[in-house]
Amino acid sequence: MTPRIASAAVALLLLAVPLAGTVMDEPWLITLATRVAILGMAGVGLNLVLGYGGMVSLGHAAYFGIGGYVAGVLAHHALEGDPVLLWPVMLGGTDSMIVIWLVAIVSGALLALLIGCLSLRTSGVYFIMITLAFAQMIYYFTISWPAYGGEDGLPIYLRNSLFGLDTMDPMTFFLIVFAVLVVVICLVSMVVRARFGLALNAVRQNETRVRSVGIGGFRVRLVAFVMSGAITALAGALFVDLNRFVSPSMLSWHTSGEIMVFVILGGVARLWGPIAGAALYVFLEQVLGSMTDHWQFWVGLLLIVVVLHARGGIMGFASGQRSDDG
Amino acid sequence: MMPATLVAEQVLNGLQFGVMLFLMSAGLTLVFGVMGLINLAHGSLYMIGAFACAAVVSLTGSFWLGLAASLAAAAAAGALVEMTLMRRLYQRGHLDQVLVTFALILVFSEGTRWIFGAFPLYLDIPPSLAGTVALPGGLDYPLYRLVIIAAGLAVAAGLFQLVSRTRLGMRIRAGESDREMIAAIGVNIRALYTAVFALGAALAGFAGAVIGSITSVEVGMGEPVLILAFVVIVIGGIGSIKGALVGAILVGVTDTMGRLLLPALFGTFLEPADAAATGASLASMLIYLLMALILFFRPGGLFGKVA
Repeated sequence: MTPRIASAAVALLLLAVPLAGTVMDEPWLITLATRVAILGMAGVGLNLVLGYGGMVSLGHAAYFGIGGYVAGVLAHHALEGDPVLLWPVMLGGTDSMIVIWLVAIVSGALLALLIGCLSLRTSGVYFIMITLAFAQMIYYFTISWPAYGGEDGLPIYLRNSLFGLDTMDPMTFFLIVFAVLVVVICLVSMVVRARFGLALNAVRQNETRVRSVGIGGFRVRLVAFVMSGAITALAGALFVDLNRFVSPSMLSWHTSGEIMVFVILGGVARLWGPIAGAALYVFLEQVLGSMTDHWQFWVGLLLIVVVLHARGGIMGFASGQRSDDG
Repeated sequence: MMPATLVAEQVLNGLQFGVMLFLMSAGLTLVFGVMGLINLAHGSLYMIGAFACAAVVSLTGSFWLGLAASLAAAAAAGALVEMTLMRRLYQRGHLDQVLVTFALILVFSEGTRWIFGAFPLYLDIPPSLAGTVALPGGLDYPLYRLVIIAAGLAVAAGLFQLVSRTRLGMRIRAGESDREMIAAIGVNIRALYTAVFALGAALAGFAGAVIGSITSVEVGMGEPVLILAFVVIVIGGIGSIKGALVGAILVGVTDTMGRLLLPALFGTFLEPADAAATGASLASMLIYLLMALILFFRPGGLFGKVA
């Protein structure tokens, strides 16, 4: 299989599962596929920095979580009818998905800009620890800030609305998520093929050379980091609409680790890789979870074997070649 | 105005917290300095120490046997993990190290839950260390916490002696500056790596047992401490034991004092409820802000080489 066919196979499989769920009248399959699409999208965001840019961020739960809280908080205020902000401008809540997505994207990008400016001054292990630490800072903030439920989280009672569609219908919501996912992957595909993507790839391989031809390595990394944060935040907003609940656990460092696992299981620097990885993870969670309470034990063992012996992930395996992760 | 004894008590609590953070950070920073390995599962070794101590205490009734068991169990788990897994990771990139050690956390946490169940265990302070001591200035301070501070400082002193005065320490320092060279001049590098890893693990296990008796012994207790230890290392500079000590005490005292002082500070101009909420939220972020500040001026940490 060429990488292109492997990608098409993943996309078709992701569409086929909810269709099968509809035909067999098993709506939980639709919800499961929606979960895969959203978690995979968070992975697509991380893949941009981790796979294409070689930056090992262990703090992507921060962007996932901020997107989630944007959705939760705006919907909460829309329901209560009280404004989010009174000063400097009066700002009300909203239940429009489009507005929520835009706010989530901008918030994720701004947070990534802030964290990126500090953490991208370093590299290697420092970068891993610092991204983790900043994500943890926001995690503790959401726990100790009582206005939006603190540790207990914040339920939203209805899914947000889009063009008058019935978003509470599982299939409708899945198709919305799938459409967003396809748009995001197309955009990432354009970005990594553009001059910017080539520069990002070059910075990963040899920053000194890139600088010597007059491209600023820091700026390239930072732009990639900001885009990555924006994508993961968008996924976070959708995740909250799926569960109709947001809580600090979205920001916990286990989430960061899991998003990274999706990318690795799927194959780094593959457009549809994170979707394949998230699908395998959710599948294992369901299958092993039905057999034993201690499924995480076996997932851990499996992950160790995969990392030590099967590099290139699912997409690398399916297309018969190893990815050039270096 | 808050009473001076309260402030003094919190300073001591911060010191005690910092000293324990040092025990965690020292192992992490040694392992990174010598082997170039980032070990997320270091928090699991802390948890193993605490569980081993709780299990032995409930069997024998002796805290001291439990403490010895915590050292032995954590060191053994560390050596085992080093020989079976970590060894394959030294030549790999940091990404593989992060993934394998993240997976190890899942294995250790779920394995511990399997053996001990999901409920936290309680570990009592040994009777000989219970009670309080009257300190000058009219402060009654728990004896156990004072002993922790003393024990932590003693371990720190011992570690400095070990690294600067002994043959093992000489090899550790040589390993930090040039791995290939010390292997070339005939040092058994595999044994050295296992020893360093087991030493770091034992320190973490000791910290777990000691702290487990003030808090509770439960699955996942290691992860918050691990992340704080990362903050300590980033502040102090990776690979520097002195940096770990300074960073740990800085983080311990800043965190404890922030939780005391910030709500009071906000209380001077906000409503009490608002002040408590704002102060508490900001206090929980304080050490990360401290880290950001230090990074901004010294990207390599206080005692580290520039990254």
